[in-house]
Amino acid sequence: MSVLTQLFAVAWFNLRSLPERKAAALTAAVGIAGVVGVLVGVLAIAEGFRRAMTVSGSPDVAVVLRSGADSEMTSGLERDATRTIADAPGVARNSAGPLTSAELFVIINLPKRTTGTDANVPLRGVEQGAFDVRGNITVIAGRRFATGRNEVMVGAGAARAFGGLDIGKQIKVGQNAWDVVGIFTANGGLAESEIWTDTAVLQPAYHRNSSFQSVYVRLTSAAAFQEFKDALTTDPKLNVKVLRLSDFYEEQSTAVTKFITTIGVFIATLMGLGALFGALNTMYSAVAGRTREIATLRALGFGAGPVVVSVLVESVLLSIVGGGLGAAAAYLLFDGYRASTINWQTFSQVTFAFRVTPLLLGNAIAFATVIGLLGGLFPALRAARLPIASGLRES
Amino acid sequence: MSASAQPLVRIHNVTKNFTRGAEEVHVLSGLDLAVNDAEFLALMGPSGSGKSTLLNLIGGLDRPTAGTVQIGADRVDQLSDRQLAAWRARHIGFVFQFYNLLPALSAERNVELPLLLTGLNKAARRRHVAAAFEAVGLTHRTKHFPRTLSGGEQQRVGIARAIVTDPTVLLCDEPTGDLDRKSGDEILSLLQSLNQAHGKTIIMVTHDPHASARASRTVYLDKGQLSTSPTA
Amino acid sequence: MKFLLLIWAGLKRKKLRTALTLLSIFIAFMLFAFLGALKEALSGGVSMAGLDRLIVRHKVSLIQTLPESYKARIQAVAGVAAVCHQTWFGGIYQDPKNFFPNMPVEPAEFCAMFPEFVLSDAAKNSWLNTRTGAVVGRATAKRFGWKIGDRIPLRSPIWGEPSGQSQWEFDLVGIFDGAKKGTDTSQLFFRYDYFEEARQQQKGQVGWYTVRIADPDRAGTIAAAIDREFANSPYETKTEPEGAFAQGFAQQIGDIASIVMAVVGAVFFTILLVAGNTMVQSVRERTEELGVLKAIGFSNLRVLLLVLIESCCIAMLGGFCGLGVAWLIIASGNPIPSLLPVFILPTQSLITGALLAVALGLVAGVLPAWQAMRLRISEALRRGA
Repeated sequence: MSVLTQLFAVAWFNLRSLPERKAAALTAAVGIAGVVGVLVGVLAIAEGFRRAMTVSGSPDVAVVLRSGADSEMTSGLERDATRTIADAPGVARNSAGPLTSAELFVIINLPKRTTGTDANVPLRGVEQGAFDVRGNITVIAGRRFATGRNEVMVGAGAARAFGGLDIGKQIKVGQNAWDVVGIFTANGGLAESEIWTDTAVLQPAYHRNSSFQSVYVRLTSAAAFQEFKDALTTDPKLNVKVLRLSDFYEEQSTAVTKFITTIGVFIATLMGLGALFGALNTMYSAVAGRTREIATLRALGFGAGPVVVSVLVESVLLSIVGGGLGAAAAYLLFDGYRASTINWQTFSQVTFAFRVTPLLLGNAIAFATVIGLLGGLFPALRAARLPIASGLRES
Repeated sequence: MSASAQPLVRIHNVTKNFTRGAEEVHVLSGLDLAVNDAEFLALMGPSGSGKSTLLNLIGGLDRPTAGTVQIGADRVDQLSDRQLAAWRARHIGFVFQFYNLLPALSAERNVELPLLLTGLNKAARRRHVAAAFEAVGLTHRTKHFPRTLSGGEQQRVGIARAIVTDPTVLLCDEPTGDLDRKSGDEILSLLQSLNQAHGKTIIMVTHDPHASARASRTVYLDKGQLSTSPTA
Repeated sequence: MKFLLLIWAGLKRKKLRTALTLLSIFIAFMLFAFLGALKEALSGGVSMAGLDRLIVRHKVSLIQTLPESYKARIQAVAGVAAVCHQTWFGGIYQDPKNFFPNMPVEPAEFCAMFPEFVLSDAAKNSWLNTRTGAVVGRATAKRFGWKIGDRIPLRSPIWGEPSGQSQWEFDLVGIFDGAKKGTDTSQLFFRYDYFEEARQQQKGQVGWYTVRIADPDRAGTIAAAIDREFANSPYETKTEPEGAFAQGFAQQIGDIASIVMAVVGAVFFTILLVAGNTMVQSVRERTEELGVLKAIGFSNLRVLLLVLIESCCIAMLGGFCGLGVAWLIIASGNPIPSLLPVFILPTQSLITGALLAVALGLVAGVLPAWQAMRLRISEALRRGA
């Protein structure tokens, strides 16, 4: 028999005897399914958070803060400064004027729907230009807030996560009451965790009559950024820092993303080790239980190579099946699952959805396959190297 | 040792049935057997005749479906599981065809095993173990593990384990079945000397006429019935 | 004790398998321990909260300030024993990623309100005598290698520059330790009077108040009384017990914590399932040996105990080692001090883990032990007719 035929024969023989060993095989598969499922789940959190933080960072949008501020909360810009910024070169314009939005960012407390306890929710005052600047705001229910009125529109994520944010309801913030008039999406981006209103109405409510915190600007093109930035940083009357929106978001999310990813990788490593030991155990038992069979095959003339490979085939197959099950379960359970957490850098909640991407699934299954390979390799080698005579004597 | 009027082992009207799958198999039917103290009895018969079953009944490893099994003053068939265990520890020594030594224990420790069930302290146990090894003629390989011992040596260890508590009866199930002629002969000589020089009562199941020739009496078992001559 | 040998024999029988099972269990319990530390880090504030303390903050949000003049009015509310305030300074030491909390406080009242920060009398005096003095917790002092007498520069994006200088500078006059195991010792505190004098904005405003009440059972009524005092004023308050306040914070992180917890819990049980199954298998393989033991005279009960103890030995060995090694790793230091102010393995987790290890041994061993007990000797020994 050629090597290939031997291989198929032995592998087929192995797999056919699987039902007899189904308890052990099932346990191995379930073990790997669990590990893969969990891995996908944890990494889906990191991916979802990262996506929420960065997807809305368009390359031709820039944000201006006071120099030295590490978040909008610690920034401050006067009205004159915002005017200068709006007139800088590189800023896109339409018939209404420059596409900029001078904004104010505060935090209010609203109860989380799930726990009823208070959460820090961002309330952002924007100018009308904000919609053109961001470019991806879509009102999915109700309408935009009207300027000059105590009205707010709520990001879809915030509406889902926090209580009292339904159209027609009012939220009371200190001495002020605001009507909820609409719900919007922002392509899954950060704005969906926020509540928006007119800056001009927000300022007096917070006693900040002529100060803002940031200016969002749409540039004529992505390449215009440098020109825009240089103009502002060299202006002696201004003391600002200028960032591309995508870089700004990236900066704002590093802490939490790093945290989740570190923890995720740590957990994955430990889990992988645990699964590996489990797989090794199972495969050693599986092989040990068939020492006599394998020795018989070899006595009959099957080569050691096909024996090794057939054991590996079984091990990898079990892992892929288990991994596939785990990945499928994780996808069904986790993809799109909504959660929210606090971003310490902005001290406010970010709502996000778990994202199980094809890449993630692929990685997870590859991970399972590696476990299967390693788990089967050593037992297989040992089975092949055992002297045939002693193998025949074993029970 | 005074010869007792009564036989040491008395089996009366013993029946043993097994359920195999859907069938009921009658292995032993209304059997009678008496074995005297210090006898060396060989139990022969074709494969499947129930020899091992009978041995198991004598040794309290199993209970008869009907009939009585009496060893000395004890009605073995009436003891509870817990009582049987204690009784076995005290009265029976087993020698198996495939030795059945615990592979993870050294020869010495294997032999010590039955003594763990007694109240003897470590020093006393050590003495008994040494004596047992002495009796079987294996004093130089006591610290070895079974996998490094030959078949004959393993069986000697098995016998040492069987006699270490000085049991009433030694039960041997095909003790030479896995050994070559020479080693087998050595084992049989050993059993003979234990019987003749030390007065041990031995009941041995075998299908080898050479083995049964060493016994003082042979009975034949066929189709659940005992007789004193081999069936044709 | 003499039967220990038998148990050891059982474990030694297939050394590789025993080792691998031990390792799987070891890993599972390490995971469990880290889980406990993570949970404590994210929500530990709750267990450390003082039972007789309330937090008074701006009703709209913690980031809004309150007038310093409120202090006297709060003190006047019935049931209030002591009041002190803190303000979020947000000072950055060299680089934002060196984050640690820092707050201006009134030293005497602060030390009295928070006895869990253990500061020597000498340090307290020094602080009272040094206007620019600051005290810092042991964890942060160790992290940056600070010693008493060092000058600590901070810049504050929130409060800007102090008048007359380009950055805030403090003299380190004391290092405090935590009274209990989980106390946060990452914070730095400096003097409010210096802060008030040197800051250029929002003078007369503070962040929040901590109130000690004489009778913890009246926490709810006193809290309501305080809030009533300031209702309908420009700065309305929300008062709640310190524990509830900490709980609220924990729940802001909340979703992440519980998700990670659930997920790792699932893994933990999966790995244990695999380990348990191996133990079941290993006993099944020893049918003959168990039969021999019974033939020799080991009672059914003895055999059951043998298997059960063996199973527990593996589980406990792997489990305790896993917990122990994790404890050592955790005790050796905090990997992300800027995000996890406290990083310890709570005793509660250790105890729960130990109990789980024993439980695992029993659960994994009970089925095979039961089967071993009920083994019919003649069947166990039967090898060929």
